[in-house]
Amino acid sequence: MANKVFSKDAWLEALGGLKEHYRVFLPLKDGDFFTYKPIEEAKKIHFDYDNTRLSPKGLIFPQSERMFEFSLDTQDPEANILKEAPKDDSPRAIVGVRPCDAHAVGLVRRNFDNPEYRDPWWVKHVEAATYVGLGCNAPCATCFCKSVGGGPFNEEGLDAMMVDLGDRFLVRALTEKGEEFLSRVQGGEAADEEVLKEARELAQKVTDEMPDTVPTGRLKDLPVMALFEAPFWEEVAFACLNCGTCTYLCPTCWCFDIQDEVYKTEGIRLRNWDSCMFPLFTLHGSGHNPRDQKFQRVRQRFMHKLKYYVDKYGDGVQCSGCGRCVQFCPVNIDIRRVCGLMDAYEPGA
Amino acid sequence: MIQYTDKIREIAGRLLKDGTVEVFIGYRKGTVPMMNEPVLIRDPDQVDTLHWDVNCGLNLCNYLTRRTEKIGILATGCNSRNIVTHIIENQIKREQLYIVGIPCTGMVDHRAVKRAVGGKEILSAEQQGEKLIVKGADFEKTFEIKEILQSNCAVCRHRNPVEVDEMVADPVPEQEGVEPYKDVESVEGMEPRKKWEFFTRLISRCLRCYACRNACPLCYCPTCFVDESRPQWVGKSNDPTDTMTFHFLRAYHCAGRCTDCGACERVCPVGISMRQFTKKLNKDAEELFSWEAGLTLEQRPPLDVYRPDDYNDFIK
Repeated sequence: MANKVFSKDAWLEALGGLKEHYRVFLPLKDGDFFTYKPIEEAKKIHFDYDNTRLSPKGLIFPQSERMFEFSLDTQDPEANILKEAPKDDSPRAIVGVRPCDAHAVGLVRRNFDNPEYRDPWWVKHVEAATYVGLGCNAPCATCFCKSVGGGPFNEEGLDAMMVDLGDRFLVRALTEKGEEFLSRVQGGEAADEEVLKEARELAQKVTDEMPDTVPTGRLKDLPVMALFEAPFWEEVAFACLNCGTCTYLCPTCWCFDIQDEVYKTEGIRLRNWDSCMFPLFTLHGSGHNPRDQKFQRVRQRFMHKLKYYVDKYGDGVQCSGCGRCVQFCPVNIDIRRVCGLMDAYEPGA
Repeated sequence: MIQYTDKIREIAGRLLKDGTVEVFIGYRKGTVPMMNEPVLIRDPDQVDTLHWDVNCGLNLCNYLTRRTEKIGILATGCNSRNIVTHIIENQIKREQLYIVGIPCTGMVDHRAVKRAVGGKEILSAEQQGEKLIVKGADFEKTFEIKEILQSNCAVCRHRNPVEVDEMVADPVPEQEGVEPYKDVESVEGMEPRKKWEFFTRLISRCLRCYACRNACPLCYCPTCFVDESRPQWVGKSNDPTDTMTFHFLRAYHCAGRCTDCGACERVCPVGISMRQFTKKLNKDAEELFSWEAGLTLEQRPPLDVYRPDDYNDFIK
């Protein structure tokens, strides 16, 4: 696989030259935080963020997406027929993705692209995307990727990886898509062994120094009903506001709701992010709500990520350790603490 | 204010032990800087988890709704005014509560602190008297707390609780000469089109996560209008019209009831200043009805009362 090294200025210039091949998205400063935006909106590009406030999941799985359009005009011969709404699946490059957010794509894939179900739009959007990562030289205190199967230089889910070497970026292709991306980037020089070694040593050092803070080892063996009925849920849930901050900021939350919106004789069918924190999420048409208590909803979020997913797929938790919910939960409900409570739980003790 | 912690623990322990209250609602120290977590204590042996500092900017009144026990609760000026509003609106009974009053000198604006350190990661932020010592991997900065207050606290005129059973300390002097509505006046001075642009830009980042609504003790409806589906008052996508509808209606539901506690802004994950909506309504309530919410149990809010002798013509 190709490797290139760029001076930082050359790299920024090269990204600007990619417009004919890709729609380029990257983290841009938006007020107090960074968020993924098209490169056309960039006043200044600086790859010096901890991470973006919202994960890049919205680029693949938009908060609101038109699925279908329809007509209710009785004169229209195609009235009441759902027609797929046009979507833009031209190639897109998502540049500067932190490894946790790329790891999350793999976790989410199990839901949207599996032998039983295949979500056509999610799959097409991912296929159209080239993920260019940015290794984390300085993981945050709230990060715990290493505890959940990732790491600050984890390559899973990435097509290419940038490594910040001070005044230069090493960019390594990791997949064919990444190879293609790198071949289209103008400038840069082939990386020699010295640069590759420097990057390897940096990655090793940062990974080794990052603490492994969140225990998950016992989750898979604990009985599901024992965890479900564990005594700590009321205490965990007390402060919860049942807002959607954790689920909306999370790179691995995938739940959505489908709505029809009609104006006169034209209608659209949309899907919108939904949140298991909202009472409406489980409200039945009958009026019955199987999760009408706050603690039930809070329990659901943690049980889904840290137990049901673990049991269903047998490959770890549904969390990539990005720490967004830890940082931005308005009432400081900390998934690291909850995971610790669950993992340490002794049924019947 | 950090010195209140010991006193709070002492009071809570006493109340739980002697049976005055069954539960006590306060804060415990957070797991990340400038965040504390609301906590409910039942066991007098657990009172040492209680904590108080300048990062207790949520509104604990939010946790009273539909509780049935005898409750001890901490209350700053604004929190106590929301408790009064809750009592007036029949959401809790006065005799269910033992209100432990906190004379408050304001809460820290965590976003302002983050901004002041250039957006760098903050690893610790400890209060020492009137100062906040903020540390990161490669910096240490000391702030005067009064310079980094939440914007609602900076213009607060009711720092002492209005309805209490016991105080943790003597009242603090109220701030004189604050101009609470300067920002509202600047919006009022705008042309209608500019105003629309201002509000459109204000909420453009909204995710419809409803943290603002849910952090607000005034929002206790069993089903919020945004969650109703028959009829569906507002669309559920992130369409700007629907988002604007949500913010307008939420604000109007708070008219004459908002205490400007700032919880809505504090919790917003994308930093929207939604107090720009509610403050205008507070200003109107003050100018039109000489009313500030939650100052007394003796009078009903102007918008939920009818009086035949009302001097306004429209009501006759």
